Amino acid sequence: MSAHTATVPAVPPRSGNRAWAKFRRNRVALLGALIVLVFVAMALFAPLLASHDPFQTSFMTIRKAPSASFWLGTDELGRDIYSRLLFGARASLMAGLVSVVIALIVGVPFGLAAGYFGGWTDSIISRATEALLAIPFLILAIALAAFLGPSLTNAMIAIGVSAAPKFIRLTRGQVLAVKNEDYVQSARALGASDLRIIVRHVLPNVMPPLIVQATITIATAIIAEASLSFLGLGLQPPNPSWGSMLNTAKNFMTQAPWMSIFPGSAIFLAVLGFNLLGDGLRDALDPRQEK
Amino acid sequence: MLRLILRRVLVAIPTLILVSMIVFMLQKILPGDPVLTLAGEERDPAVLDYLRDKYHLDDPLPVQYGAWVLQVAQGDLGKSLRTDVPVSTLIGQKLPVTLQLSVMAMFFAVLVGIPMGIVAAVRKGTVVEMGANVAALSGMSIPNFWLGIILIMVVSVQWQLLPASGYVPPSQDFWLSIKTLLMPSLVLSTAIAAYLMRHTRSAMLEALGADYVRTARAKGVSPRQVVLRHALRNALMPIVTLVTLLFGELLAGAVLTEQVFTIPGFGKLIVDAVFNRDYAVVQGVVLCVAVGFIVMNLLADILYILVNPRLRHA
Amino acid sequence: MKKLNRWGVLLGGALMAASATCAVAQELRIGLQEDPDALDPHRARTYVSRIVFTSLCDKLIDIDNKLQFVPQLAKSWSWSEDNKTLTFKLRTDAAFHDGTKFDAAAAKANLERAMTLPDSMRKTEVASIASVAAPDAETLVLTLKQPDATLLATLSDRAGMMLSPKSFDAQDSGSVARQPICSGPYKFVQRVQNDRIVLEKFDQYYNAKDYHFARLTFLPIPDTTVRLSNLRAGGLDMLERLSPNDVAQAKGDANLKFAPVDGLGFQEVFFNLNNGKRADTNPFKDVRVRKALELSIDREAINQVVGGGIFTPAGQAFPPASPYHSAKFPVPGRDVAKARALLKEAGLTTVKGELAFGNNTTISAIAEMMQAMAAEAGIQLTLRPTEYAALLAEAERGNFEVMIRGWSGRPDPDGNIYSFASCKGSLNDGRYCNAEVDKLLNQARVTPDETQRKALYEQVETILHQDMRNFFLYYQPWPFVLRKNVTGFTPSPDGMIRLKGVALAK
Repeated sequence: MSAHTATVPAVPPRSGNRAWAKFRRNRVALLGALIVLVFVAMALFAPLLASHDPFQTSFMTIRKAPSASFWLGTDELGRDIYSRLLFGARASLMAGLVSVVIALIVGVPFGLAAGYFGGWTDSIISRATEALLAIPFLILAIALAAFLGPSLTNAMIAIGVSAAPKFIRLTRGQVLAVKNEDYVQSARALGASDLRIIVRHVLPNVMPPLIVQATITIATAIIAEASLSFLGLGLQPPNPSWGSMLNTAKNFMTQAPWMSIFPGSAIFLAVLGFNLLGDGLRDALDPRQEK
Repeated sequence: MLRLILRRVLVAIPTLILVSMIVFMLQKILPGDPVLTLAGEERDPAVLDYLRDKYHLDDPLPVQYGAWVLQVAQGDLGKSLRTDVPVSTLIGQKLPVTLQLSVMAMFFAVLVGIPMGIVAAVRKGTVVEMGANVAALSGMSIPNFWLGIILIMVVSVQWQLLPASGYVPPSQDFWLSIKTLLMPSLVLSTAIAAYLMRHTRSAMLEALGADYVRTARAKGVSPRQVVLRHALRNALMPIVTLVTLLFGELLAGAVLTEQVFTIPGFGKLIVDAVFNRDYAVVQGVVLCVAVGFIVMNLLADILYILVNPRLRHA
Repeated sequence: MKKLNRWGVLLGGALMAASATCAVAQELRIGLQEDPDALDPHRARTYVSRIVFTSLCDKLIDIDNKLQFVPQLAKSWSWSEDNKTLTFKLRTDAAFHDGTKFDAAAAKANLERAMTLPDSMRKTEVASIASVAAPDAETLVLTLKQPDATLLATLSDRAGMMLSPKSFDAQDSGSVARQPICSGPYKFVQRVQNDRIVLEKFDQYYNAKDYHFARLTFLPIPDTTVRLSNLRAGGLDMLERLSPNDVAQAKGDANLKFAPVDGLGFQEVFFNLNNGKRADTNPFKDVRVRKALELSIDREAINQVVGGGIFTPAGQAFPPASPYHSAKFPVPGRDVAKARALLKEAGLTTVKGELAFGNNTTISAIAEMMQAMAAEAGIQLTLRPTEYAALLAEAERGNFEVMIRGWSGRPDPDGNIYSFASCKGSLNDGRYCNAEVDKLLNQARVTPDETQRKALYEQVETILHQDMRNFFLYYQPWPFVLRKNVTGFTPSPDGMIRLKGVALAK
C-alpha cells in the first residue's frame, strides 16, 4: 500500500504532451508499461494462447512437472498450469481493475464534496474517512469478504470499499490545493454552478495524481485479492485465479513446487509492472519531481 | 502551538467513536451464528439458546452496542466466546509479539532502506539508481505470504537453519526468540524497506536541490558533508513521520506473515477471531488497533508541528 | 574485559544448548490442527480439546483399540437386571492435581455438573441419568430413567472425565476452563491461546512410571504444510491430521514414521429433503436423482487422487473398526450408465444442482472431482464453497441443496447415526424423517445386547439405503506422523493420543 499522498500542485491540462515525452524517455516506466501490456494480452487472448482447457481435470496426470505437453506442469487435479495461468490473468487483472473502479466511484465524489464544500460536509466525511483508515486495510477486507461470502465479486467489492478512503483523502487534498486557483475563482465569480465548476474545472486538474494512485492501487488490489484467496475468501475453485492457485499450491510445495512458483511469479511480475508504470506516470505528470 | 495540538486531539474523538461503531457493525452483519460456530460438532438446542441469552446475542443491535460501550468504558473488553479468556489478557499476550516482530522488521527495513535511498538520491540518473528503484518496487510487489512459504521450505526444511513456525518469548530464551522471528521479520521488512528507500530518496532529492545545499556546495563544503549534515538532517523530518505511520502498515502485513509462520500475534488473533465468529475478540482487538493507529497518527502530526517551525504558527 | 565477555557468552551459550537438549529429551511437542476451545470437559466441543484431555483428565472408563471398555478411574462396573442401574467400583489411589482425593463423592459432583451446568454441552449425552448416588467412597450408583446402551460410551469420553470439585465456582463457569484441575497423568501448567498448551507430569499419578515425559506441549498449527515442515525440521515430535496429499512425503522421509489409523468418523454427502424453501425446488428431491449422483462418483479415485490412499471408501455409517459394521452394505462402485438410466427413468436428461461445502483444500478438491464425475452422468453441479462458520448456519437454515460434511465419529454406533437420521436429530439438517427409523433407533438405544442392537441397526441402514437421505464418501482416517525417535505409540481409532509407554529413544 502506498503511503504516498501527493501534495503536488495541479498540472495544467496543456502539458499532456510534455508528460508523454517525459514518460517515453523513462526506460523503467516503459518496461512497466510493456509488462502490463503483456499481461493484458494474456488475459484478452487467453483462449487463443492456452494449450489446454483450464478446467479439464485428468486424474492420470496429477502433479506432473513441466514437460513438452504441459509447459508449466499440472496441478493437484491434473489441470494444465500454463492454461490456468492465462485464464487466471483475467481474474487477477479484473480484480485489480474493478476494485480500483469501485474505489474511485466511491472515493472521488466524497473527496470532491469534502474538499469543495468544506465546513460540516468536510468534517463528517473526513472523520468517517479517518475512522475507516484507522482499521487496517486487510482486516477490513477480510471482514467484508467474510460477510459477503467467498467469491471474486465480493472480494472485489471488499477491496474496493477498503481502498476508497485513500482516494477520498487524495481527492480532497487535491481539491483543496486547486480550490483557490484563479480559474476556479473566476468561474465562481462568473456565476457558474458548483457542479459545473467541479466537473469542468476542478476534476480535470485533480486527475493526474488520481491516475497515478489508481495505477498503484491496481497493484495493491491484485495482491489483496491474492491475500484474500490465500485465506480462502477470494475466487473459489475450480475457477483459476493466481491467488487461489497459490492457496492450493502451498500444500504441495515439496512435491510440486512448480504449482507455486509460476502463479507466485505471475502475481509478482504483474504487480511490479503496474508499480513501475505508476511510478513512471507520477514522474511524467509531476513537474516538480526531478528524474 | 498548544492550541493546535489540542485541536488535533479533540478531532480524533469523533473518529474514535465512529471506529467503534464500524467495528461493532462489521461483526454483527457477518453471516453465521457465532453460537453455532462455537458449538462445533455438538448441538444441544437448549444449551445454544442459553449461550445466546448469556451473550445477549438476540438483543436489538443498539442495545448490544450500548452494553458493549459501557463495558469498555469500565475497562472490560469482554471474554473470548470460544475459550473464556479475557480479551485484555489475549491482547496482553499477543501484542508484545507483534510489536517485537514489527520492531525487528522496522530494524531491517531501516538498515537496508534508508542507505539505499540515500545512495539512489546521490547517484541520481545512473544505473545504480535505476537498479535500486527496481529493487524497491520488487520489494513492494512480491506477495509476502509467497515469500514466506518459500523461505520456510528452503531455510527451515532444506537447510534446517531456522524454526519453521512458532514463537518463543525473549524472557524465555532471547536468541531463540530472535531466531523464531528472523524469517517473518525479514519477509515483513521487504515492503517496508521499499517504501523507506523511495521516501528517503525523494526527500533527499528535494533536500539536495534546496538553496541552502547549493549554498553549502558553493562555499566549498565537501559533497559528503553536504549529504550527511545538511540534506540528510532536513530529509529526516518526513522520514521520521513516515516511520511512525508505517507501523500501521506493519500491522496489516503482519496479518498474513503471522498466518504463514504461525506466530501467535495480533494479526493472527484477528483473523482467527473473524473466522470463528468470536465477536468479543474482534471488537476488542480491532478497537485497540484503531485507537493505537489514531494515537500514532496524532503523534506523527504533533511531531511534525514541533519539528517544523513553519507550521507552529499555522 | 572484552575477551572475558566473549568466553562468558560462549560458555553461557553452550550451557543453554546443553540444558536445552536435556530438557528436550523429556518434552514431547505435539502439533495440532487447531486451537482447542474451552478446556472444560463439560463445555468443550472440539476434537482437539479431547486430545488434550486424554493426557490431562482421567475418566471413569476408557476404550481400547478394539473399542472395548477398559477400567480407568473405575475398577469395575455392573448393570442391574433391568438395565436401569449402573454401579461402579472406583479406584482408591487416585488423586486430583490439587492434592484432594478422588472418591465417589467427587464423581457424583462431576456427573451432576455435567447434568445441570447451564452451558454444559454434555446434557443430552447424560439425559438418561435420573440420579447419582455415592453410598460409600468407592461406590458410585447411577439410576437411569430407562435403559441406555450408549451410556458406557458416553462415560468413556468427556462426560466421564473427573475434575476436582474444589475447582468448581458457582459464580464463574469459565474458571475451570482457565485452570482445569483433573486427575490425569499430566497437570495443567499454562495456556497461551492460539500458541500453546503446556502440561507437566503429575508425579502422584497411580501409573506415573508408565509416562516418560516431564512436559507436554501442544502447539496448534493450522497450516498443514507448515505443521509438517515443523516436524521435519525437528520443531515438533509428532503431529495429528497429516494432509492426505503429504502422505507420500511422510512415508518417504527417513526421519519420520507414518502412523495412520482408520477412524470412527466419516465424510458424507447429504441432501436437503425438507428444510425450508430450497427443499421444495431441490432437483435432488427425487430419490432416483440422488441415487444417480451416488452412482456417478468413483470413491476409489477420490481416495487415490485426493486421499493419498488413506480415504477408505464408505457405504454405511459404521466404519470397519466398529463391531456394528455390516457386510450387508458393500460400497457401491461407479456406474455412469446406470446413473444415466436412472435419470431417464425420472424423466430427465440433465440435472442442475448446487453443491455446498467448507472451503478447505481437501474438500475443495473432492468437490471439484465430484463435479467432473457427475457431469459425465448428466448432473451439472455448481460449486458453492463456504467459509466454515457460515456453512454451519447455512445447513441449519436449509440454505443448500447438496452438502458435503464430515463427522469425527463416536465409539458408540448411536453417536454416528442418531443425530443425523432421527426426525428431531440435532444434526439432521436435511430434515429427513421416517417414523420407522425413529422407532428402531430409539429401540437400539435401550438394547444393551450387541447382537440384537446390530440387527436393529441393519434394519435402519436398509431403510436409509432405500430413502437415501445421504451417501457416504469415505471414513475419516487419523493420520499421525512421528519423528523416528518416538517409540511406543499406537494410534487409536478414536483419534486420541494415548501416551502410556511412549518415549523418545536415545
